[in-house]
Amino acid sequence: MRRPARRIGTLGDVVVLGALAAYAIPFFWQLLTSFKPEAELLRVPPLLPSRLTLEHYRVVIEQSLMPQALGNSLGVATLTTLLALVIGLPGAYAVARLPLPGKRLLLLAIVASTAFPQIATVSPLYLLMRALELRDTWAGLVLVHTSFALPLTIWLLAGFIREVPIETEEAAAVDGAGLLGIFRWVVIPLLAPGLASTALLAFLFSWNEFLFAYTFTVSGASRTVPVALALFPGVFEVPWGDIAAASMLASVPPVLIVIVLQRFLVRGLVAGAVKE
Amino acid sequence: MLLLAPTVLALAALTVYPGVWVLWLSLQHRIPIFDVSRFAGLDNYAFLAGDPRFLNAGRATAIFTVASVALEVVLGLTAALAIHAQRGGRRLALSFLLLAWAMPAVVTAKLFEWLYHPTAGLINVALGARSLNWLGDPGLALPAVVLADVWRTMPFVAILCYARLLAIPAELYEAAQVDGAGRLATLTRITLPMLGRILLVAVLFRTLDALRAFDIMFVLTGGGPAGMTETLTVYAYRALFQTLQLGFGSALSVVVFLLVMAVAWAYLKLLRAGTTVAA
Repeated sequence: MRRPARRIGTLGDVVVLGALAAYAIPFFWQLLTSFKPEAELLRVPPLLPSRLTLEHYRVVIEQSLMPQALGNSLGVATLTTLLALVIGLPGAYAVARLPLPGKRLLLLAIVASTAFPQIATVSPLYLLMRALELRDTWAGLVLVHTSFALPLTIWLLAGFIREVPIETEEAAAVDGAGLLGIFRWVVIPLLAPGLASTALLAFLFSWNEFLFAYTFTVSGASRTVPVALALFPGVFEVPWGDIAAASMLASVPPVLIVIVLQRFLVRGLVAGAVKE
Repeated sequence: MLLLAPTVLALAALTVYPGVWVLWLSLQHRIPIFDVSRFAGLDNYAFLAGDPRFLNAGRATAIFTVASVALEVVLGLTAALAIHAQRGGRRLALSFLLLAWAMPAVVTAKLFEWLYHPTAGLINVALGARSLNWLGDPGLALPAVVLADVWRTMPFVAILCYARLLAIPAELYEAAQVDGAGRLATLTRITLPMLGRILLVAVLFRTLDALRAFDIMFVLTGGGPAGMTETLTVYAYRALFQTLQLGFGSALSVVVFLLVMAVAWAYLKLLRAGTTVAA
């Protein structure tokens, strides 16, 4: 009796998976385009190319700003993540565990700043960056990215810290550990998965961010991947194949995160929304 | 207190201080290239009240926000239910969805620019070799931008709903089965009510994001054709950095800021009300 039901179930699985694979077609189509010979790009159908070529990737790597932009993005996103964690972890601990005057107000301010539209501060920040001569530097971008990644970081980490049973900390305190010792030997090890989730989201935010990066960068010295892609040059006609190759390179870290670290990514996403 | 000092300092310097500064800027005529810099009071805001471009941008923002959030919720919920009903391959299914969400919005814009190509775009080919000019036709451009945005952000709604579905206790379903509830009754009486709160949260997050969306239209259409896809944020950005009107552009930014805060406040009220009723 069970067998037919199960077979329908499997068929249902295949249909759902097929539908979702179809959902990802825009990505796969760009992937295919990035390997298509130049002459076949504008001739559709046929959908499939007669042969695959690495020519577009060669052009992007040898002749465009993309390699430099990849380096900039990697640097800026990594530093932003580290800075947000270093500043945010103590803050999150204080918010989650210590009695503070005006804590509710502070929490409200943190939540409100996660909703802050970037456009609202871009003009003063532009003047500030110019005055401090931080335009077109990694430092400038890391600072503004951190200011946006920080509220999210504190929000997520405070939630994860509350999940750590307070008894373990009390036991360590009874054993004579100071606040720093508790932090180092009890909280951080138990918090590791939460830290990973938070770090991933901060990294993705910085990697994907466009408005600030577009405004505060001027040259290859600091242009990040989204900016380089948005400004991808075409002299007489749009180089669709090269743009496709550049988009694929820009997607490598996010795609790797989705495939390899999916568990942490989903956990962080859900935690951010569910916590009160 | 010491633990919070770096956080407070960073947010004060990079969020609160510019937040106040932008208010001050919005009260000035400030055009650096002409060396104009003087106090203007509420002139910039008074100008906005009768600015047809501002009204048009407000219209585009409203349509974009309502259409994309509505589509995202319907599709996201459907996808979450479908994945939840799967027996195997859930991880792969989530990967396909997250792929669209995790990429930079600029990449999404480039993906769709290529899909919308008038002659070689996959969408026109799929529609039977039509030659619709998706991004150039004033009637099609805004729907085209909405579609690209929905593609990128629907997975967020789906993931939140899916996670909530996993947390619904199995006993509830067993009880429903014992009571002889059919599939439809189970869906409308148990599953959807249990999802109510997370859907509200998802709608809040997505609405705030849609109101301040910038990357996708800036790269895909640049606000064109004929301003059909120029949202308030794009208008503010162009005033600030393309016509270099720092004062006027800041006034527009303040309007976006107030809009976002008003929506956030209204939703939080709604969420609170929902909680007290449930409790």
